[in-house]
Amino acid sequence: MSRNTTRVLAMYRKELREYRRSRFIIVTMAVIPLGVVIFPLILVIALPASDANALGGDPLMILLGIPALVPSVVATYAVVGEREQGTLEPVLLTPIRREELLLAKALAALVPTLTVGYAVFAFYVVCTKLFAQPAVASAVLQAPNLLAQVLFTPLLAIWSIWVGIAISTRASDVRVAQQLGTVAALPVILVVYLMTFNAIHATLGLALGAAAALLILDGLGWRIVSAAFDRERLITGTRG
Amino acid sequence: MRESLSASMSTRTDAVPAGKRSGPALSAQGLTKRFGDRVAFQDVSFEIGYGEVFGFLGPNGAGKTTTVRTLGTLLSPTAGSATVAGLPLTPENGEQIRQRIAIMPEAPGLYLRLTVAENLECVAGLYALPDAGKRIERVLSAVNLAGRANDVCGKLSKGLRQRVSLARALLNDAEVLFLDEPTAGLDPVATRDVHDLIDGLRQRGVTIFLTTHRLEEAERLCDRVALLNTTLRAIGRPDDLRQRLFARTLLVRTLVPLPKPARVFGGLPTVDNWRQDGPATYVLTVTDATAAAPALTRALVAAGADVLSIAESHHSLEDVYLELINEDVEAGTP
Repeated sequence: MSRNTTRVLAMYRKELREYRRSRFIIVTMAVIPLGVVIFPLILVIALPASDANALGGDPLMILLGIPALVPSVVATYAVVGEREQGTLEPVLLTPIRREELLLAKALAALVPTLTVGYAVFAFYVVCTKLFAQPAVASAVLQAPNLLAQVLFTPLLAIWSIWVGIAISTRASDVRVAQQLGTVAALPVILVVYLMTFNAIHATLGLALGAAAALLILDGLGWRIVSAAFDRERLITGTRG
Repeated sequence: MRESLSASMSTRTDAVPAGKRSGPALSAQGLTKRFGDRVAFQDVSFEIGYGEVFGFLGPNGAGKTTTVRTLGTLLSPTAGSATVAGLPLTPENGEQIRQRIAIMPEAPGLYLRLTVAENLECVAGLYALPDAGKRIERVLSAVNLAGRANDVCGKLSKGLRQRVSLARALLNDAEVLFLDEPTAGLDPVATRDVHDLIDGLRQRGVTIFLTTHRLEEAERLCDRVALLNTTLRAIGRPDDLRQRLFARTLLVRTLVPLPKPARVFGGLPTVDNWRQDGPATYVLTVTDATAAAPALTRALVAAGADVLSIAESHHSLEDVYLELINEDVEAGTP
């Protein structure tokens, strides 16, 4: 294993250990998905079979609020949280590069987000199959919808993580960073809701375009955030 | 701690003997750091050899921590140059320099939700160290924390956290070890243990850059000290600094005042100057105390004086420190 990989894994493991022991992170990871899944679940279970064709939009889309919101809360804590705890300086004094540090933090936010996101998605699918009218279930659980869910969950999560970490490298304290992170996730949530209620009609072309755009933004995110990560400013509050 | 340190030393295989390294372990030439208009430190120059324990003293706000952060590649210097562990201090060398050094910051900065061992595992991973488990056991033994590996750091006292921080700095067998106030918050027994540990590290050829406010600590541990007050005010062995700053003096106490002290002291070629410092106490400035004392004794006896004591005045490092800092205060700098 290369030195770079060892360093990334060391920081990644540390992050996961800290998350597991943080009540705030655990509660956030549980409450946000619960809040997001309740509405579409009630909607499809309560919908009579006769209205299945009138569904219009895709209630599944709402679940994309999870990868948009959950990691932003975790990622906004990543740098400014360490700074507030006084743990950032000892880490920056080790050989880890800023790109490696940020990658480890992004991975540590991504893995639990995907776990929670896909778990809630599976729960939604199972509940729809079991409790919704068969006609409603078939209208909701269409292959393109399911595929979009699988594809867009990581793409949105990665984007949200880079935005969160970027905010975290610039914010003065954790509370401000988390508020800004939530605000930054709102446009994505808005688009998701507009598509859910068919105000924006989801087409294959739109899906492919959005996926390509997110893929590019996710790739650029790492470079942009790395460039914005200024050791000197983070330690002294002054630009070097 | 001595026993455990010996054990830890015996396991170290990658250390290069101090005598086999060429060049200084640490050097700075005109090193300066400014934050906008504010000068943190300026024109700092020194050379530190391998295996040397170098004390870095100065009042609060003198620029000590900023100097350590700069040499530790955390901050980039505004001017000047430096070499750290044999490598030029440049952004390109940052990773390699950090691999060769370790810094124990003043605040421990531990992950409080993690255990002691988990904190050290993380750091061992960040240095990509082989045999992390054995190293962690070794450094925990060296700081007398072998039985606390599974304690959560948030539940440790300040002193124990300080020891974990020291253990963390020992993990990578650094060539140059920066210790920023390593005994702050430690009780006397733990302080003595840390001093023993520093002595042990010196014997292994580890270069130690010790920032401290405890002047008796610097005097006991350091081969040389530097006094920083934004600029470097003095550098040298504690004895040399004392000699440089303070004239050697002999303190003479007699039973009754001498009737004609000028006749006794003025005739002695080894006495440069003298003054009366009480009814029967005299302070004599001498060039060489060893040569002056016997001649002085003979002169006093010849004058019929009842001599109570003749003693050489001792100036501590604290006197040196206060003298230099007071000079700055009087001059209104920095």
